[in-house]
Amino acid sequence: MSSTKHALGFGRSLPLDEWRRPSWRIHQQGSDTVWALAFLVPYVGVFVAFVAYPVVFGLWMGHDPTLYGLLMSDPRFADTAINTLVFVAIGVNVTMFGALLLSGFFMRRTWWRRLLLAVFLIPWALPGFVVFTSIHFMLVTQWGLLDSLIRAVTGEDGPLFLVSTPIAMASNIVAYIWKWLPFWTLIFVAGRMAIPQDIYEAADIDGATGHKRLIYVTFPLLASVYLICTLLDTVWTLGDFPTVYFVSSGAPARTTEVLATYGVREAFDFARPYLGVAAMMSALPILIPVVLLLMRRVRAAGVQL
Amino acid sequence: MSMALTAPLTRLPRFRRGLVSRVASATFGIVLLIWTLLPVYNMLLVALDEDGDEFTGAIWPGNANLDGFAALWNEDSFLLEHFWYRFGNSIKMGLATMVLTVLIGSLASFVLGRMRLRGSRVIGDLALVTYVLPTAFLAIPFVHIMHKYGLIDSLWSVIASQVAFATPYAILILHQYGKLIPLELDESAKVDGATPWQVYRRIYVPLMAPALVAVGVYALLLAWNEYLYQYLLVLSMDSATVAVVINQFFNSDEAPWNYMMAIAIVYSLPPIAIYFALRRFMIAGLAIGGVKG
Repeated sequence: MSSTKHALGFGRSLPLDEWRRPSWRIHQQGSDTVWALAFLVPYVGVFVAFVAYPVVFGLWMGHDPTLYGLLMSDPRFADTAINTLVFVAIGVNVTMFGALLLSGFFMRRTWWRRLLLAVFLIPWALPGFVVFTSIHFMLVTQWGLLDSLIRAVTGEDGPLFLVSTPIAMASNIVAYIWKWLPFWTLIFVAGRMAIPQDIYEAADIDGATGHKRLIYVTFPLLASVYLICTLLDTVWTLGDFPTVYFVSSGAPARTTEVLATYGVREAFDFARPYLGVAAMMSALPILIPVVLLLMRRVRAAGVQL
Repeated sequence: MSMALTAPLTRLPRFRRGLVSRVASATFGIVLLIWTLLPVYNMLLVALDEDGDEFTGAIWPGNANLDGFAALWNEDSFLLEHFWYRFGNSIKMGLATMVLTVLIGSLASFVLGRMRLRGSRVIGDLALVTYVLPTAFLAIPFVHIMHKYGLIDSLWSVIASQVAFATPYAILILHQYGKLIPLELDESAKVDGATPWQVYRRIYVPLMAPALVAVGVYALLLAWNEYLYQYLLVLSMDSATVAVVINQFFNSDEAPWNYMMAIAIVYSLPPIAIYFALRRFMIAGLAIGGVKG
């Protein structure tokens, strides 16, 4: 395995030609084919019954063009679409760039940084709906923890977080970053650790030290991983449900919804399932190109997700 | 005194710079610690308060008491009825997801990596696409289909959804890890007359144990930490899980928030325990791939 691939693939890489090439050189007997098919039946069964069928059914539910006319006539949907774009654009990029910088901080393996990393990863292990509820309680009314802290430090009242639309939306984004920053930091720590030391030694001899080393050695080697992680997180964040559902819960007056929460509310609170599916399907013009780009990048880089 | 005089002057600024950067990184570390633990601290703060006292602007638990936890232990509120039975449901759901994901995922990855089957790479592509998919977008049609299957309101519909979303990641990770196990082992077993099932059972599964643990923990935490599918698929109180109990608090007008945060803490303990016990496995699995929450 070449060292560059090593660096790109978080330790172990998946060259795609290897994926394609059947690895067992011994000729397959007929009975082995039967075994192989039998081994695949459970997965294919689960996939068809619980993934493929829902996808097709969802596409069918949202195929009627009049649904989209209905959506467009709902001013809340326009808000929702803009919120989703803001949520994804800021949430994903701040998380990724912050994680990239933090991974450098955690690369120095002193004892207290190791300990801090272990604690820092706790949000990743905690159930989202539980911690987002806690964050909601921190923000709600003027007696939540955050306002109390502001009052204790400055002596003045803080804002009512869930009364103003921009502040509530910002709270959603900060909560999202809080939950997912640790996970991506860990990914980039793994990516940095996979960069062989001799590359740094060579750079050192060539005079690349300090921030030059960061800009000319580390970042270019992490670029491919960074792009793939950003695309992947973009797709997931587009469909993120628990953050907004629990932190702002759409408040004030459903002005801070995103597509997933809007769709679920339309479908189950207002009994308009077709409209809910259509709302979520309105993400497809962004979702499909990003997924295609992602698959291509994964193949090209040989990075295993 | 003489030391300071004899020491080369150029070393002084350098030493100071080291000190400044140390202080800066220590300060940054403290800020990061507060940022990380503040919402967790808030859970404790609310849980330890008396009912009706939750939002009084205190930043320390003044009259800390364990009423919330005691009520939870005794199921002492209409919102806490059968709480431990429902907690058991959550455990059942998590464990079933874990076992099925490991079983189905390892069988599929065995074929993908170790058996010569035409077109089996399609499975890898399907797994990758499924892994990337945002699961919330599938929720509405999924609920409709569970009605058709007659699985709605059964814990099995939740398990099915979680297995369907966890297996792709399992396949990708196991396929990756399986490359470390030499194919010669399989081949010599085959020469000795072993069937593929025996190769899977006697060679593949034992050697894959670390990866199977990583994948199993991932599936367990995915199911445990998920909310939307439990909230949508479980309607009756018979198959309710903790996520559904939490949801009831939001629907109730006079919910005791300290009870709710007590539930939140109790529900967070298993994943935290698993995280600290199996950190190595989880991070090893993570180093190869991502985890969806």
